[in-house]
Amino acid sequence: MKSLGSIRRDFAPWNDPNAKPYIQFDNVTKKFGDFTAVNNLSLTIFEREFFALLGASGCGKSTLLRMLAGFEEPTAGRILLDGQDLRGIPPYRRPVNMMFQSYALFPHMTVENNIAFGLKQEGMPKPDIEKRVAEMLKLVKLEQFAKRKPHQLSGGQRQRVALARSVAKRPKVLLLDEPLGALDKKLREETQFELMDLQQELGLTFVVVTHDQEEAMTMADRIAIMDKGEVMQVATPAEVYEAPASRFVAHFVGNVNMFEGKVAERSANTTRITGPSGAQIVVENGGAAAAANADIVFAIRPEKIKVSSKKPADAVNALEGEVYDVAYLGDMTVYHIRLDDGQIVRASALNAARVTEDPLTWNDRAWVSFRPDAGVVLAR
Amino acid sequence: MNTTWSRFNVTSIVLGFAFLYLPIVLLIVFSFNESKLVTVWGGFSTKWYVSLFHNQGLMDATWVTARVGVISATVATVLGTLAALTLTRYTRFNGRVLFSGMVFAPLVMPEVITGLSLLLLFVAVGLDRGFFTVTLAHITLTMCFVAVVVQSRLVSFDRSLEEAAMDLGATPAKTFFQITLPVILPAIVSGWMLAFTLSLDDLVIASFTSGPGATTLPMKIYSQVRLGVTPEINAACTILIAVVAVGVIIASIANKRREVQRQLDEQAAQRG
Repeated sequence: MKSLGSIRRDFAPWNDPNAKPYIQFDNVTKKFGDFTAVNNLSLTIFEREFFALLGASGCGKSTLLRMLAGFEEPTAGRILLDGQDLRGIPPYRRPVNMMFQSYALFPHMTVENNIAFGLKQEGMPKPDIEKRVAEMLKLVKLEQFAKRKPHQLSGGQRQRVALARSVAKRPKVLLLDEPLGALDKKLREETQFELMDLQQELGLTFVVVTHDQEEAMTMADRIAIMDKGEVMQVATPAEVYEAPASRFVAHFVGNVNMFEGKVAERSANTTRITGPSGAQIVVENGGAAAAANADIVFAIRPEKIKVSSKKPADAVNALEGEVYDVAYLGDMTVYHIRLDDGQIVRASALNAARVTEDPLTWNDRAWVSFRPDAGVVLAR
Repeated sequence: MNTTWSRFNVTSIVLGFAFLYLPIVLLIVFSFNESKLVTVWGGFSTKWYVSLFHNQGLMDATWVTARVGVISATVATVLGTLAALTLTRYTRFNGRVLFSGMVFAPLVMPEVITGLSLLLLFVAVGLDRGFFTVTLAHITLTMCFVAVVVQSRLVSFDRSLEEAAMDLGATPAKTFFQITLPVILPAIVSGWMLAFTLSLDDLVIASFTSGPGATTLPMKIYSQVRLGVTPEINAACTILIAVVAVGVIIASIANKRREVQRQLDEQAAQRG
């Protein structure tokens, strides 16, 4: 059976028409003066889902999170949590907790008092607080740092305190605003997996805001890609990457080659596209965008393009050009091929073997080839 | 680094420090003068300090000054902190510019004018001048200084701390007392000390607004000096200088210690 991407999980309530959404944004608009931060946006998130809001800064993703936490009220529309309309409920009465980008640890309190703060607010008995705090410290492996103040901790430790504090109250939903933004690359990668494990362990619903596509791809069950206050696509990481809904999404996530063209012929299973210079591309299942005579773009990821010095005998799609640039990155090699019609194509080849039988270098003649199902047809 | 002292450097340092401290050194030296004549050295003695403590007028004035200082500094700190909070938090209310201008105007207002206008007000509303009016006047004078000090701290205050507290279930009032107040407390304390010091050495406004039975120390000293400087006054001033100096030194040592400790902690944290 063919499937997009390589990960298949049983968890997919968004495909179940009977599943009840847990968080629901209904036509939500948020304006700050004349500026529209969130524009008539609707979105559903399911229980126990790890949901990522991905977008460039200023796209409205943080505003969405802050509306869920209660720091901002929508100008129009409503937000439902487990069926309850959140309008007018102040942040301190909402069953959601947030982990802040700056961590927002209380500087005058020790680690354990930071974690206990929320529990004290709800009037939990003291022995229970102590038990829960100990449990949380163990969860984030900070047992020996309980008596320290935040400024006595490293960046990674602070991040874990912030996390422990925000899950200590066992909220229905945990909101994470750029949770790993302040960590260095190596620590960030480790922490991504820790967060995923934690979410599984606690069985919480996570909504994370990030501008880092890799982070979103790694952690999330589904990603909402946002631009200018609107959702461009909501899908699993594999769908977002392999079946982007628009040029914007294709460009935003990963690298992509775009061929502009026209639909020349359409049959049941295949679509033939003609480029401006007359080059032909045959595509399997053109999708909705591929109506007859429509102006379209064909989007294909670099790793799905094969580069060779001779035209592969069995290739359906093969275009000729010249090697313009080569970059050897160790695990893979990136080629920039200038096609004879002038377009530059980016192709990447995994260096699965230590030696290559078909070495290519600057100015060599080369062929790029790809399968009919390697790319997608998008509206222009 | 250049470690040799050029003649120019030495001259400027000597001149600079002489300019700043010669009058004070002279005052301190002559407070230990045996002679009753202020400008003639008659040998070392501490008798003026002893007689100072038997001078009922000066002691009363000191007591008045201390009470006025503590009360006015405390009230001014509360009002100034509230003003600073309003000015940094509610940035979009109507008339904010006017309000902040009005809060900070007394900073540059000549004291004579502040004093005179307060006097006119007290007369107009029929308040008997005395302890109460001096205290009120000092609150007016020092409140804006507190507001400035606290506001500069609030500007760098991370609002997400308060959001985090509310997110964790604390009501706005609890958030203020458990998070905001402890974090800005050092600024509030320095605001209080500044207000207290200002009240302590104010002569002009106190002269306008004080009445019988509420003579402050600066007023007392000033009025005595008009009858001739006595070594007793020198002794009183030396004690004042000592009190202020000790306060400043303690504050700066505490500050320095905290800074060093923080750096050590941070280095320790970096090492893991």
